[in-house]
Amino acid sequence: MNDLAAILTPEYISVILLPALIAGVAVSLCASLLGVSLVLKRCSMIGDGLSHVGYGTLCIAIALGWAPMKVTIPVVILAAYILLRLSENSRLGGDTAIALFSTSALALGILASSKANLTTDVSHYMFGSILAMTRSDVIFSVVLSICVLLVYLLFYDKIFAVTFDENFARATGLNVRFYNLLIAVLTAVTVVLGMMMMGALLISSLMIFPAVTAMRLNKRFRGVVLTAVIVSVSCFLTGLVLSLWLDTAVGASVILMNLLVFAVSSAISVLRGVRRA
Amino acid sequence: MAYIQCENLTLRYESLVVQQNLSFSVEKGDYLCIVGENGSGKSTLVKCLLGLKQADGGSLTFGDGLKRNEIGYLPQQSMIQRSFPASVREVVLSGCVSRTGLHPFYTKADKARAQEQMECLNITALADRCYRELSGGQQQRVLLARALCATKKLLLLDEPLTGLDPLVSAELYGILRHIHDDHGITVIMVTHDVECAVRHAKSILHIGKNENFFGSCEAYEHSPLGRRFLGDSIAQEQCTHCEQSRHPHIPIRHGGGKGAQA
Repeated sequence: MNDLAAILTPEYISVILLPALIAGVAVSLCASLLGVSLVLKRCSMIGDGLSHVGYGTLCIAIALGWAPMKVTIPVVILAAYILLRLSENSRLGGDTAIALFSTSALALGILASSKANLTTDVSHYMFGSILAMTRSDVIFSVVLSICVLLVYLLFYDKIFAVTFDENFARATGLNVRFYNLLIAVLTAVTVVLGMMMMGALLISSLMIFPAVTAMRLNKRFRGVVLTAVIVSVSCFLTGLVLSLWLDTAVGASVILMNLLVFAVSSAISVLRGVRRA
Repeated sequence: MAYIQCENLTLRYESLVVQQNLSFSVEKGDYLCIVGENGSGKSTLVKCLLGLKQADGGSLTFGDGLKRNEIGYLPQQSMIQRSFPASVREVVLSGCVSRTGLHPFYTKADKARAQEQMECLNITALADRCYRELSGGQQQRVLLARALCATKKLLLLDEPLTGLDPLVSAELYGILRHIHDDHGITVIMVTHDVECAVRHAKSILHIGKNENFFGSCEAYEHSPLGRRFLGDSIAQEQCTHCEQSRHPHIPIRHGGGKGAQA
């Protein structure tokens, strides 16, 4: 167990902790918003698939000496589009198509990184390293998160309609394909940003946990969205503090906090059901 | 010109052709019931009408001031996500979604329209309840209110009675009659219940695997196809749904209506 007072020197706070905190809150916010739509549309696996593709692309980019983020974001957006089309049209079924596509991308990445002997560099992105984010990483994350947030708020009503009943929305003349693509693109951006801090293996749970927790506790869509945001940000903050105190990995601590809150909320919703019955 | 004119439509379900040369029309003020066996292409026809799917041949034209995106659609219950957390007000309001156009949020007029439809269907008291916790009949009213937010002209209902008990079905027929008669909204309903269909509709479209029928209810009752599906007893008996309800909105109809045999 660490002595928090000893770690938290003014210098540590301003150089390392504060940027991580800002970026983390921004990305947690986006992840929870999009998670609600993904879980309700029953395509939680898209987040996971995209993180595989993202990791594979990162490995290739680093092996070839390219700027990792600038290559990865467009590739993952493209992958989001392809995954969406595959799950719409594929004879294999959505989840199978996603699994095939994303593991293939991952395999390519691992091949590239093993040829170039990159194991240490890329493992950052496997498990995340929020405290090692550079200033430009943080600015980049915050700006993109604000974009995701704005687009989500602006299209909130349409996203609800498309999530609740796609056929009805399409029949009334809404461009459902566009909004699905929008959700996929926002998810892609969030996944790549989240990969830097939480790691490719954990980012999808940052999207899914707050959403399912909020669904246990709410009866209105707006309530679900707001609760998911609150759960996500507060789990991130407590997870971060705990990880400093107990000297554990940040990403894993945040996810375990999410798991804890999910367990408590499930218990609450079961108790409510029992009382009603 | 008719609201909807279908000429020699070919419908395909995956690689199988389920209908060929299907022709019918829907006039303004019509009350058309679409009946037929499973697998005859009813759902595919609905998808084509809504523009969710292209017909494989023939023509489907909209006229008389109706545009394709002005159809209020009530989907099959199974198509709706039952576990979705959303309040009744949120669901009904989503019927206005295409009205907002480039405006990002619902306007006051949209909210007033949603409120009006909730009042019309007597679900104002449920406005803040969770959609998934309502009974089947209440859920159908909510979806009907949503569909009415999306249209002032034509309602398309895809098997709205599946899973409802006779009393609730009768109530729904009553509501539809009210919407049709008093609000002047044209109704197209896909149903399994042929007997109730001829009681309530003005015209019938029966799509079968080998033969089709399109015309008035009276003509349908005397057609070979109609007789086979209705049985001979229908002339004396009332359908179970109508019999069990004493709903004031439901007059018992005996055929009639307009339309010509196709």
